[in-house]
Amino acid sequence: MITVLQSGLLNSIQDLGRTRTLRWGVSRSGAMDPLALKLGNMLVGNSLEEAGVEVAIFPFRVRFDGECPFAVTGAATRALLDHTPLPPDWATIARPGQVLTLAPPTRGVFGYICVAGGVDAPIVLGARATDLKSGFGGREGKALAPGHVLELRALPGRGFVPAAGIGLAPTAMSRDSRSEPPELRFIPAAEWDDFEGDGVETFLSSLWKVTRDVNRMGYRLSGPELRPRRTRELLSHGIVPGVIQVPPRGQPIVQMVEANTCGGYAKLGVIIDADLRLLAQMRSGEELKFRPVGWQEAASATRALDRQFVSLRTSLEIMRQRPQ
Amino acid sequence: MSKITHLGANAVLFDPSRGTFNELMQRRLWGLARRLADLPWVSDAVPGMNNLMVVFEAEQITPPEVIEVVRGFWPEQKPVADTGRRLVAPTVYGGEAGGELAEFARRLNMSPLEVARLHAEPSYSVAAVGAMPGFVYLSGLHPSLAWPRMASPRAAIPAGSVIIGGAQTGVMPVSSPSGWHCIGHTSLALFDLGQDNPALMQPGDTLKFEIVDVRA
Repeated sequence: MITVLQSGLLNSIQDLGRTRTLRWGVSRSGAMDPLALKLGNMLVGNSLEEAGVEVAIFPFRVRFDGECPFAVTGAATRALLDHTPLPPDWATIARPGQVLTLAPPTRGVFGYICVAGGVDAPIVLGARATDLKSGFGGREGKALAPGHVLELRALPGRGFVPAAGIGLAPTAMSRDSRSEPPELRFIPAAEWDDFEGDGVETFLSSLWKVTRDVNRMGYRLSGPELRPRRTRELLSHGIVPGVIQVPPRGQPIVQMVEANTCGGYAKLGVIIDADLRLLAQMRSGEELKFRPVGWQEAASATRALDRQFVSLRTSLEIMRQRPQ
Repeated sequence: MSKITHLGANAVLFDPSRGTFNELMQRRLWGLARRLADLPWVSDAVPGMNNLMVVFEAEQITPPEVIEVVRGFWPEQKPVADTGRRLVAPTVYGGEAGGELAEFARRLNMSPLEVARLHAEPSYSVAAVGAMPGFVYLSGLHPSLAWPRMASPRAAIPAGSVIIGGAQTGVMPVSSPSGWHCIGHTSLALFDLGQDNPALMQPGDTLKFEIVDVRA
């Protein structure tokens, strides 16, 4: 059992989100940085899709009411267990009564706390994820507030996390963009051709700045105005997280995990899943570029991440079995 | 040839539309969606307005193969009948929850009662479901009730609001920001997590608004 001591309006229980619910107009939801959530789950010996706590408003403080292996991943949040700083991407064991504090991150936006056994919440439409916009999932569809008690799904498995703690080296997984500013890969979508020429040229050559208008529904970017060669009135159509829309005023919006499931703006492309989390972790004022890729590259990026998880899991298993 | 484009690595958007909404084409798309939904690699086949989004399991099939299947099915796809399900939305037009009725009527040079009657007259067809949980895109709005959406959406309008935006009308299933005009309020709940199908309506259903009261 874990008790929330201090929180903010956007901290919520998240897993990997919902699938097969677009037909009802229900968004995916789930972690904005699913890779960080999976890493946290892996560090504490959970299956990768267990629910954890997504923290976007800091400081966030919880008290462990029983002994509990846990991990903190995602944004560089400067975690303190009582008064002891924890390294990034680190798992350790909390003793009963210990308090975990996540201070405002020095880099990134979303931090994750995963606990051995997973955070419990009713499964709603196939997931425990909180849909903050629509008000269901997680803890009654709402953000975590002081006094809330989080139950664990299973008794914390003993022995997976060594007493001395265990973590990931910064280089353990290639998860940051290799370029600076980050280059987000996208697959061109329906209205790409409408922007051919100047529009496409501007889109690909410019630096795009993350504005202050960012949340779990969407990230607005700013840069030079994008003008299509021709404008067409689009009828409402289904969209997915990662879609890069260009409303009439010419500034892109990237729809995120809690976006509405239908839209009507021109679509330049869809950011591949492997890179959408990079955008999620970018702060207002940070800049990025876009690079078009084919579906094959998206598929191979997904496969590469999956392979890295398998090999990391194997390494963790080997370390765990080594005599301490 | 109908346009079909990538929508990321595991979805495509099939868009045979010709610019203005066509009822017959929508009925063909409902049929296509139902046929695709039965395939094991399809995770969601979601009709929009004269278009269809197909989300698939990328581990099982490649995007070019999906495109080929959709293109193959379309020419032979016949329009399908509606579902036969008819729902009624008891509606209070105007009043506190439909606060924009008077203003809306004034702009159309009608009385609030005329607006309510024109709005409650047709049987609307549920063309598509989406955007928000349980939200339905209805076709059949009387053309004289069409009015452009607001330039910028209001912070939040409550669940149950009966709204008009452009040539479309609908009901807010959850409380959410919207640029549509709010002319009334219905007690009909469009989204219920207690049901296997949490969205009350599906494409092909019919919805009728019933006037409970018209208030200033």
